[in-house]
Amino acid sequence: MSGGIVSGFPILSVMLAIPAVAAVACLFVSANTARWLALAATLVDFILGIGLWTQFDIGGPQWQFVEHAGSLGVFEWKLGIDGFALLLIMLSVFLMPICIGASWVAITKRVPEYMAAFLLTEVLMIGTFAAQDLFLFYIFFEAGLIPMYLIIGIWGGANRIYASYKFFLYTLLGSVLMLVAMLWMVNAAGTSDIPTLMNTDFPAHAQTWLWLAFFASFAVKMPMWPVHTWLPDAHVQAPTAGSVILAGVLLKLGGYGFLRFSLPMFPEASAQLTWLVLTLSAVAVIYTSLVALVQSDMKKLIAYSSVAHMAIVTIGLFAFNQQGIEGAMMVMLSHGLASGALFLCVGVIYDRLHTREIDRYGGLAINMPRYALFFLLFTMASIGLPGTSGFVGEFLSLMGTYKVSTWAALLCTTGIILGAAYMLYLYRRVVFGDLVKDDVKAMPDLSLREIALLAPIAAVILWMGVYPESFMAPMRGDVSALVARVARAAPAGDSKPTIGKAPAVLPAHAGAHAGDHK
Amino acid sequence: MSTSANLLLTLPEVVLALGALALMLVSAWGGQASTKAVSWTAVAVLAGAGIALVGPSSHGGLAFDGLYHADAFGAFAKVLIYIAAAVAIIMAPRFFERTAGDDLRPEYPVLILLSAAGMGMMVSAGDLLTLYVGLELQSLAAYVLASFMRRDTRSAEAGLKYFVLGALASGILLYGISLIYGFSGSTTFDQISAAYAGSKSLGLTFGLVFVFAGLAFKISAVPFHMWTPDVYEGAPTPVTAFFASAPKVAAMAMAVRVAIEAMGPATDAWRQIVIFAALASIILGAVAAIGQSNIKRLLAYSSINNVGFMLVGLAAGTQAGVASVLFYLTVYVVMTLGSFLVVLQMRDASGQPVETIASLSGLSQTRPGLAAALAIFMFSLAGIPPLLGFNAKLAVFKAAVDAGLYPLAVAGFVASVIGAYYYLRVVKVMYFDDPAPEFKRGGSVVEGGLIAAAAVFVSPIGWVLLAPLGVLTLSAAQSLF
Repeated sequence: MSGGIVSGFPILSVMLAIPAVAAVACLFVSANTARWLALAATLVDFILGIGLWTQFDIGGPQWQFVEHAGSLGVFEWKLGIDGFALLLIMLSVFLMPICIGASWVAITKRVPEYMAAFLLTEVLMIGTFAAQDLFLFYIFFEAGLIPMYLIIGIWGGANRIYASYKFFLYTLLGSVLMLVAMLWMVNAAGTSDIPTLMNTDFPAHAQTWLWLAFFASFAVKMPMWPVHTWLPDAHVQAPTAGSVILAGVLLKLGGYGFLRFSLPMFPEASAQLTWLVLTLSAVAVIYTSLVALVQSDMKKLIAYSSVAHMAIVTIGLFAFNQQGIEGAMMVMLSHGLASGALFLCVGVIYDRLHTREIDRYGGLAINMPRYALFFLLFTMASIGLPGTSGFVGEFLSLMGTYKVSTWAALLCTTGIILGAAYMLYLYRRVVFGDLVKDDVKAMPDLSLREIALLAPIAAVILWMGVYPESFMAPMRGDVSALVARVARAAPAGDSKPTIGKAPAVLPAHAGAHAGDHK
Repeated sequence: MSTSANLLLTLPEVVLALGALALMLVSAWGGQASTKAVSWTAVAVLAGAGIALVGPSSHGGLAFDGLYHADAFGAFAKVLIYIAAAVAIIMAPRFFERTAGDDLRPEYPVLILLSAAGMGMMVSAGDLLTLYVGLELQSLAAYVLASFMRRDTRSAEAGLKYFVLGALASGILLYGISLIYGFSGSTTFDQISAAYAGSKSLGLTFGLVFVFAGLAFKISAVPFHMWTPDVYEGAPTPVTAFFASAPKVAAMAMAVRVAIEAMGPATDAWRQIVIFAALASIILGAVAAIGQSNIKRLLAYSSINNVGFMLVGLAAGTQAGVASVLFYLTVYVVMTLGSFLVVLQMRDASGQPVETIASLSGLSQTRPGLAAALAIFMFSLAGIPPLLGFNAKLAVFKAAVDAGLYPLAVAGFVASVIGAYYYLRVVKVMYFDDPAPEFKRGGSVVEGGLIAAAAVFVSPIGWVLLAPLGVLTLSAAQSLF
């Protein structure tokens, strides 16, 4: 297919095979070999990912690098990516070597199994984004539970068992309803091919049920208020790298699901139920931001901020216009990087003092200046300061939302203010203030390894903030296709100019047209 | 059709019956010393019966004037039965090595062969009487097997319970058969089917209910499941592995055949029963297993739970539904045998078998390979992708959704999440908890190989078998319609 480095080279399958083989191999080697093996495998995948990006034909066919190896009973081995999948795969393969590096010295027990679990997670994440068959998608989507369950349960904190169960059963329950919906769709459409299903018009009454079934799964994965409660537990108990992967990539599965399934497959139902998504998102932004403000555990604070950021993603997606959807994608990427980096920052000081209590720190700017600098950058990216990646996504997303619902946009924008409040409050308590505690005074600044982990993320965050076009170009065509697909159902905006202008002739299409700013 | 042609169609059962009789004589004259030879010969006899399936007995049609169906459906089920029976024989010697006073006797493989012959008759029956005779042959051998450790009170209790409750179920089944005979005038499946297609008769409906109650006992579906945990716990572990696999396949295949071939026109009538039994089994199997501390009891409830999922496929009543039941059975047999092979490795420092789940604590650190295998089986039984247990669940629910049974699919899937909890608990004990005293090492190579083979089968490597298995199960299912 078009876009291959060498025509017919199954690059996506190879990207799945390398970590899979390395994962099995890790189980049979010593701890140190396992570390190097895992690092090598993830780096090779990253290099292949760069190849994928450079060879991706922007403006070319919607689906590229398509592979179709044949049937596996009721489903087929069919892979392929569009712009959305490309960017999310890039995020995965970029964060993976960093996760391995972050666990280099922090993980000392059962290292081979740990590395194997991470490599398996990478396989399943890439597979989820690249799958073009409904059931194949579900298999990758759901199988990710197994390694994450083990990562939280074996290498997690004190209350890890409870957190691992909660994580597993919560997300499983959400997903089985989606599976029933998938079975219905395959029966109705006669195919499990995702690109075909994306252009299949299901009857409107069925769409509502299907949409709700998918929503049950994606809302939990996302996570949306009020089914977000598994996330703080899972984050707090998971090891640092586990949190990075959880926040960086696994939370994106929900957004990707809305993008790939709910919107294009059920446009009418999406439009009908937009009120639900906007309401839950607005509640999430304000409620979880306030909750984040009073946390005393750093990881919990960042976990709640993740819920708030994900709510900005959902409102952007359900804006039904170009800005909203592009913005949602950008928030997903930016949040993946920034919150991943913030978890790494927490990990850095956790490795030194073995506590995540905010009050145990203070004055780190004095003895850890490099750390303070990086932490500041990531804090700003999380707040959405112009020049960082966070600004681009949040601005676009909120602007798109404003065209649909002034109220939702108004309420969600308060999230930016609250976000600034809790992040700056966190930063002040940890980094500024007097350096009084003896054990904190003894903490050394970032090691070379830690700088090597944080610097690439910092660079990409700035790149995304200064020149977002690199990241928006690959998905622009897909966003336009999606907007065109949902245009027939797009809800009318509530912000109509009434003074000095005639009312819009076709309010239902206003959003879609205004969005075409190519 | 000449007698020899008829016998040729029933060749697998002939091979098994003659082999069992011959080995019975050998064990009578040879005594305890012949155990090993008899065991391996019995495995060879099972293989021979499997080879005999290649001939006309897998597609020859009706034998003995409709008493016996030689078709692809029966052949598929028989292959599973023979494999399970062979594994049950292979895993026995090491278990009995350590049981005080109760040695493995050469009658053990003979009884399994007789039971397999009975199961062959069950899955190929074309008449309610053949069905009953096959069922009794299988059951009588099974009652003896359950109490094989004569000096062990638990084993004796298991045998007695199984016998008393089994006899009750047989009575219920016979009562149903007599009602059907009385109201349809025949015991052959095709004539019964014609009777159901004709006028609606209350007697026939009653007969159907009683027959299904008897069948539900044999597959241990709720509400006729009560014997299962006690028998599974009390019987010697290899026998439990056998009970959980081969007779389950036979009884389920028999139930499918009766439902489709004899009562196909009454699908709407039995579907209600099957849906109730399916949901009740899934939910009770899941909820009741949560409190268990004995791994064999846990697996007993797991088997009840799994039977519920198989019944979901049967409830669809379509070709795809039947095919999905066969596929589920295949995966289920592998997962179950694998799990019991792991249970067999659980023995304390002195070599005595232990059965508590707590003794698995920290197994991933003392015996990583064994722990990984059991974890794979547990995740697979829970139906978590990418393991084959998920594909099996997907197949039965796909059949149910395609047949329009949406509430059943939703309820079944949601209940499967409850089940996932206790499977996860086993994984949690093995992987998250601190190590308990290590199990005694020194498993045989054959057992280790079988565990590894089963684990590989249910792992994603087994995906290569999905397409061929799909073709095989569908052609087997088509032979019923």
